[in-house]
Amino acid sequence: MSTILEVQNLKKYFSSQKAVDDISFTISQGSIFGLLGPNGAGKTTLIRMITGIFYPDAGNILLNGKKFDPVNDVINIGYMPEERGLYKKMKVGEQAMYLAQLKGMSKQEAFANVKQWFEKFEMESWWNKKVEDLSKGMGQKLQFVTTVLHEPKLVILDEPFSGLDPVNSNLIKDEIFNLAKKGTTIIFSTHRMEQVEEICDHIVLVNKGQKILDGTVKQIKQQFKQHIFNTELDQLPATLQHPSFSIVKQNGNNLTLKINEGYQANDILLHFINQKSVIVAYHEILPSLNEIFIRLVEGTPTARQFETVTA
Amino acid sequence: MNKIWIIIKREYITRVRNKTFLLSTFLFPLLMFALIFGGAFIGANSTEQRKIAVDDQSGIYKNNFKDGSAASYGYPDAVTKSNYQDKGYEGLLVVYSSTPQKADSVRLYTEKQLGLATDEAIKNQLQKINENRMLMERGVTRSILDSIKQQSESASSLNYRSYQVKGEEIKEDNKMLALAIGYASGFIIYIVLFIYGTAVMRGVMEEKTNRIAEVMVSSVKPFQLMLGKIIGIAAVGLTQLFLWIILVFVLSSLSSLFISPEVLEQAKQMNESMPSMAQNNTMALKILEAKTTVLSANWALIIPCFIFFFLFGYLFYASLFAAVGSVVNEDPQEAQSLMLPITLPIVLGIFIMVNAIQNPSGSLAVWGSIIPFTSPIVMMARIPFGVPWWQLAISMGSLILGFLFTTWLSAKIYRTGILLYGKKVTLKEMAKWAFRKA
Repeated sequence: MSTILEVQNLKKYFSSQKAVDDISFTISQGSIFGLLGPNGAGKTTLIRMITGIFYPDAGNILLNGKKFDPVNDVINIGYMPEERGLYKKMKVGEQAMYLAQLKGMSKQEAFANVKQWFEKFEMESWWNKKVEDLSKGMGQKLQFVTTVLHEPKLVILDEPFSGLDPVNSNLIKDEIFNLAKKGTTIIFSTHRMEQVEEICDHIVLVNKGQKILDGTVKQIKQQFKQHIFNTELDQLPATLQHPSFSIVKQNGNNLTLKINEGYQANDILLHFINQKSVIVAYHEILPSLNEIFIRLVEGTPTARQFETVTA
Repeated sequence: MNKIWIIIKREYITRVRNKTFLLSTFLFPLLMFALIFGGAFIGANSTEQRKIAVDDQSGIYKNNFKDGSAASYGYPDAVTKSNYQDKGYEGLLVVYSSTPQKADSVRLYTEKQLGLATDEAIKNQLQKINENRMLMERGVTRSILDSIKQQSESASSLNYRSYQVKGEEIKEDNKMLALAIGYASGFIIYIVLFIYGTAVMRGVMEEKTNRIAEVMVSSVKPFQLMLGKIIGIAAVGLTQLFLWIILVFVLSSLSSLFISPEVLEQAKQMNESMPSMAQNNTMALKILEAKTTVLSANWALIIPCFIFFFLFGYLFYASLFAAVGSVVNEDPQEAQSLMLPITLPIVLGIFIMVNAIQNPSGSLAVWGSIIPFTSPIVMMARIPFGVPWWQLAISMGSLILGFLFTTWLSAKIYRTGILLYGKKVTLKEMAKWAFRKA
């Protein structure tokens, strides 16, 4: 897979904070990339640099292998910020047309695309409604449509599901998968870990302006696994204890075990087989991203402190 | 450039299509006319004639008061403070005995205040009677006095005209017309700065509080967004100005049909009897008088200048209003206090303008019309009186430079402010953003 976005040693210092402090990563085309981090970690600043809203103090952003050019590359980027909004007094259709034209589309192209998306999301009847008459969820859908309307190569979504009911969440989720399948790259920023696990191929975790984790969801889970297995036996063996494991939790015939140092997963199985127990189920429990996130971020004060920056 | 054009179009269309635009466009001139002519009309009709009892202990004033529109006089016997109302009077004027050298002491007793017009009328009468008495004491006979008075009255209505001489050219100098044009155009620019300036500010605040700013700046540069809004609203302003001009012409031709000569005559008399209260009326009269000689004004200079100062005065201030809008959070109170440094020079401009109308080539007027903060208002007040070309050139030049400077300055504040949420920004911080590099 080719790389669409490469971020090299990006830095942005504000007078009271190192918002982004030397972050690098690459994103391959057509992937769904999760940008995670606690509040105030520097995600928004990072995204604002990628979208050309801020200039980095140092470092490079390469889009399709070329240096990112904020003026001409906006057509390639669709950004739905967390702090989002629309002109309340404007009509829905005009609003969508306006934002599409500002991205550089002609009136005809914009109209064709708006129509297509409105049909897809069953929003045709909204065209002449004012934005202020829409519910929050409807507004969110409209916002999503305006973000992807101009067929950008890179879509950046900051908490796209907040305020959406499960049905509309799924609608947008399906659309995200659809876009990725067609080759659109998606950067997905959130702190809802269950969504990340479900959607993202590749994640980066930032905290205090620095990258602390980078990899595929699978890799990361492997990296942070604690060698815990769940076993279901038809009946408990005579001697349950064995040096290969310690019991974390026991619920009737269902055991949660932690492998002790120096043993393998199969050592446990062998022990139960030798004990003549019938093994109904045996599988590894990998940590959820939520647990990993909490473990890594724990100890960071919940509110990021201000510091004096000398740079 | 194309994007700025799209933004301008949106700003213009959404505003012009708005009902409040149509409403304010048609109501504003109506309101102005109602204020000016309504004031004159009410003023002319509302003075009541008060009946004043005169208790003249000096014997000089008795039977010498002349009844006027504001007061009529009677000389009942044995009138006192306690019984003048029973005798059917609204006030009691007591003149204590007088000596020729010392001013008489005169006291007016009333239950309610009788109003300035009556007060002025009584004072006027006292002064006149006194004058007459003194003249007669020095040997002027009654008949001479009467004939002098008659002659001087007709003299005041003599055909008085003043001329402006410039080299060979001698032009009739119409101070009234110049005053009316200067006052009106200065005042309109003052109002325009406020109305459209705050429209820009509110537009920016809307973008910020609706959180659309971030969506927008991911598509366009903040500077394009700001400039698009400012130019779009300027176009709205010019449209409104154009409609106003049409309306004013229609209304002023109608007004001469509706307002009868008697009303005007009354208003004129009113002004003479109470000059201090007559500003509205004077305005109305001046405008109506001016209409007759309206063609004598130098419209070829005034109209382009008005459009120039209208536009650039707005542009000069609009970006400053945009900068304020960008740093304000939801709290309108905050906007008020941050607006103060901008509104102060505008209000100062109107004060200097009032002075400039009285004294168009005084140093306050000259400086006020050159410094860009006040020049759009003050210069328009001076132009009808004639301004040296070099002063006009400096004034226009410095206003254009000032506009470039404020826009450059504001763009930097705006860029930072529009994405900053939840933080209260002080003027000091704004200054820091404005003057930092890059």
